[in-house]
Amino acid sequence: MKKICLSVVGIFLTLFASFAQTTPKDTTEYKSRKLTFEEANLVSSYYRQDGNNAAVTGGIGSQKLSDISNTIDVKFTKWDKKDRKHSFDLEVGIDHYTSASSDQVNPQTISSASHADTRLFPSISWSVENEKKGSTFGAGISSSTEFDYQSFGVNLSFAQKTKNRSGEFSAKLQAYLDNMAYILPVELRPPGSVINEDGEGSRSDYPSKSRNSFSGSLSYSQVINQRLQIMFIADLIYQQGYLGLPFHRVYFNGATLPVVENMPDTRMKIPIGFRANYFMGDKFIIRGFYRYYSDDWGLSGHTIDLETPIKITPFLSITPFYRYYTQTAVDFFAPYDKHTAADQYYTSNYDLSKFNSNFYGAGFRITPPKGVFGVKRLNMLEMRYGHYTRTNGLSSDIISLNLKFK
Amino acid sequence: MKKTRHRQIATSIAVAVIVSATALGSCSTVKEYQKNKLNDGEMTLGSRKIQKTESSFQSYREGGSGANGGKTGGGCGCN
Repeated sequence: MKKICLSVVGIFLTLFASFAQTTPKDTTEYKSRKLTFEEANLVSSYYRQDGNNAAVTGGIGSQKLSDISNTIDVKFTKWDKKDRKHSFDLEVGIDHYTSASSDQVNPQTISSASHADTRLFPSISWSVENEKKGSTFGAGISSSTEFDYQSFGVNLSFAQKTKNRSGEFSAKLQAYLDNMAYILPVELRPPGSVINEDGEGSRSDYPSKSRNSFSGSLSYSQVINQRLQIMFIADLIYQQGYLGLPFHRVYFNGATLPVVENMPDTRMKIPIGFRANYFMGDKFIIRGFYRYYSDDWGLSGHTIDLETPIKITPFLSITPFYRYYTQTAVDFFAPYDKHTAADQYYTSNYDLSKFNSNFYGAGFRITPPKGVFGVKRLNMLEMRYGHYTRTNGLSSDIISLNLKFK
Repeated sequence: MKKTRHRQIATSIAVAVIVSATALGSCSTVKEYQKNKLNDGEMTLGSRKIQKTESSFQSYREGGSGANGGKTGGGCGCN
């Protein structure tokens, strides 16, 4: 883990340093045909949660989990002969979690391999913007790798500004092709399963299951006046394949041995969202978001998110925020010991149960003209803390840091 | 059950159309030099970079996700 972290930081510093001496950003009409460093962002987060409805143990048991996540993205731009702007975005993310419930996949081992995992998720994207026509075309690829899960993603996007440049329509297509190791709870594994000295097998010892996700996304943003802009977003997401997780136990009524959760092999999701940002006076910004969500598993939900950045000075702002979310349960959710053998589909995963949640906290952002801590290239520092509670007992905390280099 | 769901979606679309018609009807052309407030870093439409991990954990801990310009599935067998 330490090695991977150091390597990622090393790559980042090398890339950053190699472009640090390039031509300074031009303020004249000249547009660089050379690849120019635009900005880099480092986002680090620490997340922890606790609750008593772990899906791994059939809807009962500790949900204690902690996760450290680091993402670095670097953006470069260049102009071509036709005066089009090309943007290249390279991103590498790594996170490491420890989880009490994952440890229960195989509780016979002391600190088994399943109690922790590291995920590496790089991505590359490119876009070309034609300022004369007001159009942008983009494409990207991504991957995500952890011990029991591998994902590859591709995306294509197109955006077109309106004639007066105050509105923009955009469309995006995404596909994720995933593959997971079929790791059963230890008591359900066939006799003779291969295990190493740490109590688990290697990745190739487990059979594989696939999961594919395809989505289309449409959005339209519009400047209403000098202080207000809005956006509408609608997604259509289709998933197929193995949509549960093989180590999620379900205990039927009266049974002592569990079974593995069983979900339908397709899912259609329709989220529709609306955003509005309003600059009130000279110091207050109101950022609002509403989303309605519905899928064919019977789950529907509403999300309301409100943030109010307050500009204490032109270079310092604080941002209190509040988010409310409510959802109904999927048709086939039941708590521990409540499912019956007559059920076709079954899960005791409380993430799919009926609940409301509240997420609130605050952040601050500094953008001093001479750079953060006097470091000229360190353009912005932002920190944010949030506390999350769910009506079924789960609670979590998250703290994030964003450093922007320009 | 399905009829109720369809009615909810239809209601949401109707509300979105009414809100958008009202909002778009009151649009005024804003010139580039008048966009200093709209171009403020905190007026960005969409999630900001610092919200990346928050959006991820919300998509794992909640059944509903999407319509926020981010990932729409895949990538993690999360616990």
